[in-house]
Amino acid sequence: MAEQEQRRRDAGTDSEDVEVAEVAAAPGATERGERLKDELDDLLDEIDEVLETNAEEFVKSYIQKGGE
Amino acid sequence: MAVPKTLGIETEFGIVHRGVDEPNPISASSLLINAYLSRLAAPGSGPGAPRVGWDFVDESPSVDVRGFTPLDAMAPEIETHLVNAVLTNGARYYVDHAHPELSTPECADALSVVLQDRAAEMILVESMEAANEVLPDDQELVVYKNNSDGKGNSYGCHENYLMDRSTPFGRIVQHATTHFVTRQVFTGAGKVGCELPFRNRFDVPFQITQRADFFEEEVGLETTLKRPIVNTRDEPHADPLRYRRLHVIVGDANMCEVATFLKVGSTALVLAMVEEDALDPNLAVVDPVRALQAVSWDVELGATLELADGRRATAVEVQWEILAAARRYLDDHGDEMVGGPVAHQVVQRWEDVLSALESDPESLAGQVDWITKRRVVDGFRDRHGLAHDDLRLAALDLQYHDLRPDRSLFARLGAETLVDADDARRATAEPPEDTRAYFRGRCLARWPDRIVAANWDSMVFDVAGESLRRVPMMEPRRGTAEHVATLLDTCETVDELIERLAT
Repeated sequence: MAEQEQRRRDAGTDSEDVEVAEVAAAPGATERGERLKDELDDLLDEIDEVLETNAEEFVKSYIQKGGE
Repeated sequence: MAVPKTLGIETEFGIVHRGVDEPNPISASSLLINAYLSRLAAPGSGPGAPRVGWDFVDESPSVDVRGFTPLDAMAPEIETHLVNAVLTNGARYYVDHAHPELSTPECADALSVVLQDRAAEMILVESMEAANEVLPDDQELVVYKNNSDGKGNSYGCHENYLMDRSTPFGRIVQHATTHFVTRQVFTGAGKVGCELPFRNRFDVPFQITQRADFFEEEVGLETTLKRPIVNTRDEPHADPLRYRRLHVIVGDANMCEVATFLKVGSTALVLAMVEEDALDPNLAVVDPVRALQAVSWDVELGATLELADGRRATAVEVQWEILAAARRYLDDHGDEMVGGPVAHQVVQRWEDVLSALESDPESLAGQVDWITKRRVVDGFRDRHGLAHDDLRLAALDLQYHDLRPDRSLFARLGAETLVDADDARRATAEPPEDTRAYFRGRCLARWPDRIVAANWDSMVFDVAGESLRRVPMMEPRRGTAEHVATLLDTCETVDELIERLAT
């Protein structure tokens, strides 16, 4: 179980997996804080690319009537 | 006395038909599911071409556990004409109102639910692919695993737990409510804005759950209007003299596997404790409807709730008390009724998550959805200097739940997984081995042409030279691999199966 819990979603490449393994061992709160910030920056770069173009129109047109 | 907690999740998905002027969500949902079924039925696609319809004969969603049907309550309707299929993994895949919905097969523990929930996502992804193959190039179906459109319309992710019929319903209501109000701190999927009537959408920039804004009553039969925290639908899909099924409508659909695991694992333990009367009767939240919203809107986790004995406690503090009781329950009664060894993993994770909520909530990114989502929303807002009511933040919220692998924000966040992707892929076709879903799924895979209809508690077979034969399955823990694998492996035909079942 512990081994399984360490496993991360395989959405990325192999190199990302290696990164995750190193991260798990990284000590220190500051180090961790910086790592999280770097990760978030990379992620936000990606999000800028995949976020719906015309996001406002997308939000306005997303209507879901008749649930449950 | 506690009975084994047989569990399952039913998820309604948001659906968008892009590229058409006046999209019809009902036909879009039908197209989505039919495209998937057609792909399964195509030559060379392996076993299981389930064109078997759902059997409604035993369905009675308007029966109320309180023994009456309130005149002002609107009973849920069953729409029998829409696509409605049973899959070889024992799941039900259908159009519910205006959404595609997938009910997992019956599971015996929380980890099995996580596996089936992941399999359900894979089925929806494959359905999108199949549908988009047959649609014109300028059209696309997109599915979202969320619970709200941000405009006051909500759709559910319902949980189901098998319970002992003899447990007083009032006791269930009291303790389940306390848990539902406070478990939001780890079950919430996060939401940009609020949808409470008469409030502006961005009065609340970000809240913990998708669903809390939609609940108006403490107890009731409704699921679409005046939603109650505890739903009273009395439809056990099992021996009604022994069991009730608690139909939980208050939760969010989770993307994080850890959140799904804790949501169903902790709730199964709470309900077993209710059956054993092992919870402190004073552990009750005063005015739970208001408390539900207060907890959801309190991302700092500092708000205190008034309890029945006059104390005030935060949601996390109440959760610590429930967790302590769950540990005592496992010591006193063992794990047999609550998922076996998995129950111990549940309480360990429960403790880890509560500790982190107190000391370092951000560390739960990848385990708890609202924290995972908020980190991205805050980061995006700061990077671009956006106001909190900028609709791009609401777009980010929606796209977190987008199930398209190339568009899903969640898929990019490196969330922790509890189940193996290959196991989940197998679970899209193969049933759990430890519930009656095994019998249902295996029969469907082997003899799809000889099964006329199926539902949770029975199957109807077309037997040679006879009228149709209904096989009842009133015990959710019978019909497992242990009970019937040899029988199914050694029967050549349905006729032989029916004959041997009768002896």
